[in-house]
Amino acid sequence: MSRNSPLALWRRFLALPNDSRTKTLGVAFLVSLVAAIAVSTTSVALKPRQEAQVQAAREANLAEMVATLPGLAEVMRETGAESLETVVVALETGQIDPTIDAATYDFLNAQSDPTLSQPLAAFEDTAKIGQRPNFAPVYILRGTQGLALVVLPVYGTGYQSTIRAYLALHGDLTTIAALSIYEQGETPGLGTRITDPSWQALWSGKQATDDAGEVTITVVRGTANTATEVDGITGATRSTTGVTNLVQFWLGDLGYGTFLAALKAEEF
Amino acid sequence: MRKSQLHHLTAPLIDNNPVTLQMLGICSALAVTTALDTALIMSLALLTVLATASTLISLIRAHLPSSIRLVVQITIIASLVIVTDQMLRAYAFEISQRLSVFVGLIVTNCIVLGRAESFAMHNPVWPSFLDGVGNGLGYGLILMIVATIRELLGSGALFGVTVLPLTANGGWFEPLGFMLLAPSAFFIIGLLIWGILTRRPAQVEANEFPIVSRALAEKS
Repeated sequence: MSRNSPLALWRRFLALPNDSRTKTLGVAFLVSLVAAIAVSTTSVALKPRQEAQVQAAREANLAEMVATLPGLAEVMRETGAESLETVVVALETGQIDPTIDAATYDFLNAQSDPTLSQPLAAFEDTAKIGQRPNFAPVYILRGTQGLALVVLPVYGTGYQSTIRAYLALHGDLTTIAALSIYEQGETPGLGTRITDPSWQALWSGKQATDDAGEVTITVVRGTANTATEVDGITGATRSTTGVTNLVQFWLGDLGYGTFLAALKAEEF
Repeated sequence: MRKSQLHHLTAPLIDNNPVTLQMLGICSALAVTTALDTALIMSLALLTVLATASTLISLIRAHLPSSIRLVVQITIIASLVIVTDQMLRAYAFEISQRLSVFVGLIVTNCIVLGRAESFAMHNPVWPSFLDGVGNGLGYGLILMIVATIRELLGSGALFGVTVLPLTANGGWFEPLGFMLLAPSAFFIIGLLIWGILTRRPAQVEANEFPIVSRALAEKS
């Protein structure tokens, strides 16, 4: 065997005194190399599996959220929705921002963070939220026949509290599939009746916007006559008006209006 | 396996337990023991890292320059921890979310570096491996005992299966909320140490700084 064969070199390297400079550097280099290869191999090899896990966890969260919304589960079944995705929309442009990770985007925090929201003038702030986040999450459900359901998280001020709800639109983006109020602190027994399933059910099937995208939905006193009207609740006028205002606001141009128009143009 | 080698495996269980005698790894013992399943996964993760690290370090111990000894040991341990963490994220996602940073913090767990430095650096591969497994089991044993007590009394369950029906769900057991807080683990580990020291007086350390009475101190 020649003196310079790799094996002989390796033997000579091992035979060096431990504290020689060559050996110190050599051992450090070799250990780092092996460690780096082990770590990067594992990382790359397991990446698809980890991403699948994160995706599954995100979908489980959303499914859990949808399951707690009365009516939405049925809508999902009826429309044959198979996959649901969460996107983050830039409300200004109406475009989906792919750079923001929907799983980690904190919508609640953005609602009060001045750097993540823009202040609203009193006349345009019909939902009385003071400032509007620049980005908002949207849940899109696609079924066998394309777009099935778009779920918009909405919120606004009612009589004395912030009302938070999910507004689900059918695939035509003009008909309301369901309204689900999941958080409010209105007057017990009066304003809180906005959470009655029977009242929320009145919203299903109503015409939220006309074909041009203008917001048409209103709450009327007494009995609703047309497809754009929802009955008000006697004794909860301010709360029901609050709900109408926030629905109108979020469907409008300052809310998801631009996004819905863009989505419509894309889909049809 | 010879008896002396078996000793490496069994000694860290009670007689030389890394948690109750050497007081190492307390931080994670407090953090992950609210439920049995997290404690079990954490113990397995530490056991894997510890046994592999001890084996690898023992394997190259003859060629480790003393000037970069600790750096090399930590590099090996850190790589193993990252690999273990990645594995958990891929195959036990839900548990790894609940363990959060504590798997990553195995790197700073004194048990791993302690065994590498005090045992694996001076012993052949097989005893080092056994020592790693033994210490991992010793750590795991304490974690499982603490977690059993905390989960049973704190949430009336074992491995998430209800054993004592809670009053909130129509049962009779009022859970001890304190058991879900980290300090409760301190008390449990303290009681465990007390129990072990009572059974094994050989572990009691001599008092290095006895309190002398004032009169005596002035006389001397």
